[in-house]
Amino acid sequence: MVMLDEVVVYERPQSLEECATHYCPGCTHGVAHRLIAEVIDEMGIRDRMIGVASVGCSVFAYNYFDFDFVQAPHGRAPAMATGIKRVLPDRIVMTYQGDGDMASIGMGEIVHAAARGENITVFFLNNANYGMTGGQMAPTTLPGQQTTSSPKGRDVETQGYPVRASELLSTLEGASYVVRRSLHDPKNIRMAKKAIRTAFEVQQRGLGFSMIELLSICPTNWGLTPVQSLRWLEEHMIPYYPIGDYKVHPIVAELKF
Amino acid sequence: MARELWKGNNAIAEAAVRAGLQAYFGYPITPQTELLEYLSARMPELGRAFVQAESELGAINMVYGAACTGARVMTSSSSPGISLMMEGISYIAGTEVPFVLVDVMRGGPGLGNIAPAQADYNQIVHGGGHGDYNAIVLAPASIQESVDLTYEAFDLAEKYRAITVILIDGSIGQMMEPADMPPMRPLKTEYPEWAVRGIVEHPGERRVLSSIYLDPPDEEAANLRMLRRWQQVEANEVRFKGYYLEDARFVVVGFGSAGRVALSAVRAARAEGIPVGLLRPITLKPFPVKALDELSRQVEGMLVVEMNSGQMLEDVRRVVEGRVPVEFYGRLGGIIPMPDEVLEEIRRLTREPLPLDGHPRDRWLARMPHSN
Repeated sequence: MVMLDEVVVYERPQSLEECATHYCPGCTHGVAHRLIAEVIDEMGIRDRMIGVASVGCSVFAYNYFDFDFVQAPHGRAPAMATGIKRVLPDRIVMTYQGDGDMASIGMGEIVHAAARGENITVFFLNNANYGMTGGQMAPTTLPGQQTTSSPKGRDVETQGYPVRASELLSTLEGASYVVRRSLHDPKNIRMAKKAIRTAFEVQQRGLGFSMIELLSICPTNWGLTPVQSLRWLEEHMIPYYPIGDYKVHPIVAELKF
Repeated sequence: MARELWKGNNAIAEAAVRAGLQAYFGYPITPQTELLEYLSARMPELGRAFVQAESELGAINMVYGAACTGARVMTSSSSPGISLMMEGISYIAGTEVPFVLVDVMRGGPGLGNIAPAQADYNQIVHGGGHGDYNAIVLAPASIQESVDLTYEAFDLAEKYRAITVILIDGSIGQMMEPADMPPMRPLKTEYPEWAVRGIVEHPGERRVLSSIYLDPPDEEAANLRMLRRWQQVEANEVRFKGYYLEDARFVVVGFGSAGRVALSAVRAARAEGIPVGLLRPITLKPFPVKALDELSRQVEGMLVVEMNSGQMLEDVRRVVEGRVPVEFYGRLGGIIPMPDEVLEEIRRLTREPLPLDGHPRDRWLARMPHSN
């Protein structure tokens, strides 16, 4: 008989609080939280982190990440992050925002934070609807997609077209690293983690503004099971929101870490 | 330090720098813009933070973020811009982080004009943002007083974890007067126990700042805590200036530029032998309730002079409680009253039997010319 030593192969990142979250079963916020926390642990930057929570499903992000946090008014997280970073330039400042928060009410703040090349990192969770308030149409809701405020499906004639935030921000000179990733399968989750690492490396080296868009699911408000939701994301969201690197400054492309 | 000629907006900016201002965020708007322009050069040369924001919304939320770190932070704007900032002001009040706000008031409502007015009184003194909160409101009447109060405003804000507002009209922002600048203070190096600065600065302790109290009993407790702190402000920080009050049988009440014009009128009236004095509130909030209450038991009549339609008038009436007649004279829309106009109102105070019933605003309005 052979005695086996116990080897820990998986544990809670130090940067995550040990608590239950309020997120719905199957929601990918948990995956995003974990990836960000893992990267912060790996880089050893937890004690220098200051997070800015937004308004939406992730309003209580400060309860789940185990480092300093403030909580912003709806859409204003990039402005708050700017204020923090300008007085504490050696801290690592991140915002965590949903699509309603960042791409609708907060469009002014995010565009100008990027245009200034503000040395902050923005995590942008795109699940194509307003989750917290019960599934209304968001700036990211797809054409024809039914929501509680577009009950017959988003009619582009009267309700306009979805905003592609990564493409939009990529046109700004001040943005150094803007990419879109997805959380719908293990391969894409691994790609997302690498992008998160790159974004924090960009900030740590003072290379300017970084944003990671993470395509996410909302089973509760989409009215689908988590598995169906993952498939819906892949089949409907990715064609409109292609995964890719939209802005990678040449210096960022050269980074080794 | 030699006495120098300073423009109001620049003087406030330099006084804030000398008080240890660490970060300024603002947006251009007349008649406040020189403050932003001055600091756009001054802050970087001292290695301090300055950002011209994309909007007043952006500016106030940059202030919010920086204030959460415990730094000395300021923004400035004028009436329409202040309206835009109200969201952030309420959040900052709810988070109990201090900062200094300068409102250089102009004519309104709406886009109005860029001439001096005092019509933001209700918005600044009685709220503006949503929810129950109180801000300290300082109303200087000269450049020197603007300098002195700005210098002190940060201490007040930090002592009470409150917002301190410097409330002036466009004429104080724009005019030039000689003033002495206070000495340059060193920047703060110690931060309060609530400041969010990263665990690296407060090892073993994770800090969170927010204005959320999801459970109503928690929100009520937070409101009560803030209210008890406000009681301390009311007990300790009331400021006003009295002129010729000892033997006064009549008293004029006015703040800022209106108070200053009223002082000229009071002096002219004294030269005519009219026993009139002036009460000039310096803290509009906390309001000088005790001084006014005592005066209302001493004098035969009061005249409130404002560059609005009688906003402080209501606070005066609340204190006086009908003990003596209170009359009102106001100029609106960006017009500063002339001393002669106020002098005539003082004379009227002394020669006509004053009614205790009716509303002084109605009587004033009846005297004002009609248009259309």
